[in-house]
Amino acid sequence: MGCGSSVATETQEKKVEIDETVKTPSPALTMKAAVLIQRWYRRYMARLEMRRRYTWNIFQSIEYAGEQDQLQLSSFFSFMLDNFTQLNGNGPDLISQLLDPVVDPWLDKETCYSLIQVPQSYTGPRLSFPLSVSDTNALLSAFKEQQILHARYVLLLLYETKKLLKQMPNIIHVSTSYTKEITICGDLHGRLDDLLLIFYKNGLPSAETPYVFNGDFVDRGKKSVEVAILLFAYLLLYPDYMHLNRGNHEDHIMNLRYGFTKEVMQKYKTHGREILQLFQDVFSLLPVATVIDGKVLIVHGGISDQTDLDFLSSIERHKVKSALRFPRRSLEQLDISQYCRQAKRMRSTDGSRPSSSRTHSRNQRTPNQSRKRQCGLSRQDSAASTSSSSSSSSSSSSLCSPRTPSCLSPRPCSSSPRMPYSVNVLQVPFLDSLSSVPLPSPPHHEQEWKQIVDILWSDPKPQDGCSPNTFRGGGCYFGPDITQRLLLQHGLQLLIRSHECKQEGYELCHSGQVITIFSASNYYEEGSNRGAYIKLGRELVPRFYQYQVSRTTRKLTLTQRVRAAEGSALRALKEKLFAHRSELMAGFQQYDQNYTGRVSVSEWAQVLESVLRLDLPWRTLRPLLVRLAPDASVQYQSCFEDMGPGISLPQVTPNLAETLFRYRTDIEIIFNIIDKDHSGLISIEEFRHTWRLFSAHLGVAIDDSAIDDLARSIDFNKDGSIDFTEFLEAFRVVHKLDTKDQQYNEKRNGEKYSCGD
Amino acid sequence: MAESSHNDLSEIHKKIKAAFEVFDYQANNTVDVREIDTIIYSLGCFPTQADIHCFIGQVEEDHTGYIHLDRFLPAMSKVLLENKFPPISEDVLLQAFEVLDKENKGYLEPEELTKYMTQEGEPFSQEEMDEMLTAHTDPEKNCIFCKDFIDKLNLEPDK
Repeated sequence: MGCGSSVATETQEKKVEIDETVKTPSPALTMKAAVLIQRWYRRYMARLEMRRRYTWNIFQSIEYAGEQDQLQLSSFFSFMLDNFTQLNGNGPDLISQLLDPVVDPWLDKETCYSLIQVPQSYTGPRLSFPLSVSDTNALLSAFKEQQILHARYVLLLLYETKKLLKQMPNIIHVSTSYTKEITICGDLHGRLDDLLLIFYKNGLPSAETPYVFNGDFVDRGKKSVEVAILLFAYLLLYPDYMHLNRGNHEDHIMNLRYGFTKEVMQKYKTHGREILQLFQDVFSLLPVATVIDGKVLIVHGGISDQTDLDFLSSIERHKVKSALRFPRRSLEQLDISQYCRQAKRMRSTDGSRPSSSRTHSRNQRTPNQSRKRQCGLSRQDSAASTSSSSSSSSSSSSLCSPRTPSCLSPRPCSSSPRMPYSVNVLQVPFLDSLSSVPLPSPPHHEQEWKQIVDILWSDPKPQDGCSPNTFRGGGCYFGPDITQRLLLQHGLQLLIRSHECKQEGYELCHSGQVITIFSASNYYEEGSNRGAYIKLGRELVPRFYQYQVSRTTRKLTLTQRVRAAEGSALRALKEKLFAHRSELMAGFQQYDQNYTGRVSVSEWAQVLESVLRLDLPWRTLRPLLVRLAPDASVQYQSCFEDMGPGISLPQVTPNLAETLFRYRTDIEIIFNIIDKDHSGLISIEEFRHTWRLFSAHLGVAIDDSAIDDLARSIDFNKDGSIDFTEFLEAFRVVHKLDTKDQQYNEKRNGEKYSCGD
Repeated sequence: MAESSHNDLSEIHKKIKAAFEVFDYQANNTVDVREIDTIIYSLGCFPTQADIHCFIGQVEEDHTGYIHLDRFLPAMSKVLLENKFPPISEDVLLQAFEVLDKENKGYLEPEELTKYMTQEGEPFSQEEMDEMLTAHTDPEKNCIFCKDFIDKLNLEPDK
């Protein structure tokens, strides 16, 4: 590219000059040479920065899209509980046992834990209560050595933590007057290395070094159990100097999807369920906010225009076991217009359809209209419509309807049972028992739930106003005016929150009135971001400390980090494409009626955005995803070329394979619930029944014979049971071109856990 | 050629918008002025720092620190159509290196390179210098080999 002639001339000029000057170039020439190199280098770095940005965008989009899917899963559970009393004769207890377990009186007695035997061969810490510094030190050493704490001590620790937390108020008030500085940390997400690094750099929790940990201790990372145990241990040891806020991942339904449940089950095969039960109780008992010197408010997510700290102080926080088990009545208020998945960056002030050109080009209205008729998830009448224009204070609904699975769009709903909207008898999912209890006043109950969800799930936005957070599916987007108002109302000067990953580990917004602090470095990928923590002294001026945990001792260059992160992001993105292959192809073919296999770049970008709804810079990403034909049009099939399913199952139709691939995480979760004895096997009947339920809920038209064929083909041993690990393996995507990287990643991500009971 | 020039313009507009979009965090068609150089580079141009400052002067909105697409688009289109900041070919880069490598060693010492980059031309910041050295210094010989330097800088997906 570029103009050939002028470059050649420049080259020639240069050559001549060099010949003349031989070994001593003139200062002018030196300067010219330096400028050239600098120019070139800066351009190179700028392009690298560009790649880093969109890599970041990819990770974030996929992450938040995943959180929306989570909502769908929980609505599926609700659906199952409502409509199917029998799941192979095991009743709703099967599902509800994990979701809303009946209070087992046995579980509340601490003597039974002391009855658990610890084998002689166990070399890990043996805790004694009340805890002392030697106990916490023992835990630190043990975890550094990759040891696992025995289930007996986990249960005792959790039980003690539960007792302690019961005495705490919803909002903890802390003062700096007795201490030097308070350290505030953000999301850790099971990253033990980051926690240890913080302790190393900043000191262990103590009277001189008090801490606030702002939620999201678990999920995603591999050491969530260890992180939680350490935090709770220090809480027990120093209840006055250690403060924990609840995050949106301190939620047993989130844990089902994002790895904590799995980690516990794998590390504690015998006592896993009891441990999870106690974690569930502990999580719901965590305080939701901390206030320092009456001036600095710390919450995990953010606030909404409805947030009222006095009201928040008064509610019974433990009743909100999960943000995802919403009060029945809220479902009625879900308006179909909230299906419109606004891009994370597009947070319009009044919540009405954003008028920017990007939305128009996406044609969101038409597909949504058709979905409205097909999917039975929400009411048609807009009488109770909480429209998305939610700048007014009373009507912002805190829970948005889940994003309709795009598989619904071309096909009509098969006969899926409608969700019954019985307002009279209200199921109470928050209490420990499953009985239907008449609530005192549903709206009040909802308000309480909403207060907590807003605190745990909201994100700040640059524009004024408060709108539902459709991106995440819960909480709100709150603008600078909302922040200002709340701070004034309560005499506060600063809001510290977490919940969002930031490249530098922290970020300020709303003119410095809001700080986001995030403590899991390399969250998306090695080198993707720094972690950080805040230190706050009596003058209440925050100081930021950053770090980055690195697995290799050698310092990675920006180039290497960007390459690694980019590779990982692209792989994830390609899997998304693969998971929606048939829809994408249908979209492309609309523009390619003559089956040439090509469409224009614009058309390609348009199809991708309308199907995937990730709001990514598709044109910029194009070279990495798909090939161009000589006439500069896109060969749209080339983006699927280097990927394929793990195992080919001949009886499986491509459509079914794709659906299974897309929902494999959800399916895995369901299997894990059904598989009570953790054998890794479920019966064919259970599989069939579950799949029918799930597909009915999704509205996917898969006929029974296809399911039966599938079940039979997966039953490799022909013994009537399915090894679902093998089954799920089939629906992983293999990237044919980079098997070496793949194997490396698998090794990293698929670590086998050793057992702690 | 005449018809395709109209298509070219619309294609150029699309390219510019796509690059702009990546940095438009508030989705209101503005970007922070500090991102402009990245955007210009990513569109295939090789401006000097002086070129960039001049360009910003033309398109910035009265010291708000933001640049709006409405002004960026025509200015950038002109740049692309007129090829105002043409790329530097590899040969030229090689020769530039050779100019600095007075003794024709085929490599530069880190101190030499640092001196040139931070004192001559449009000097690097400390951060830029550190990154260049980390990325390009051969760990064993502790010097920057000319050929490696140029090869690495050429490794990027284009087209």
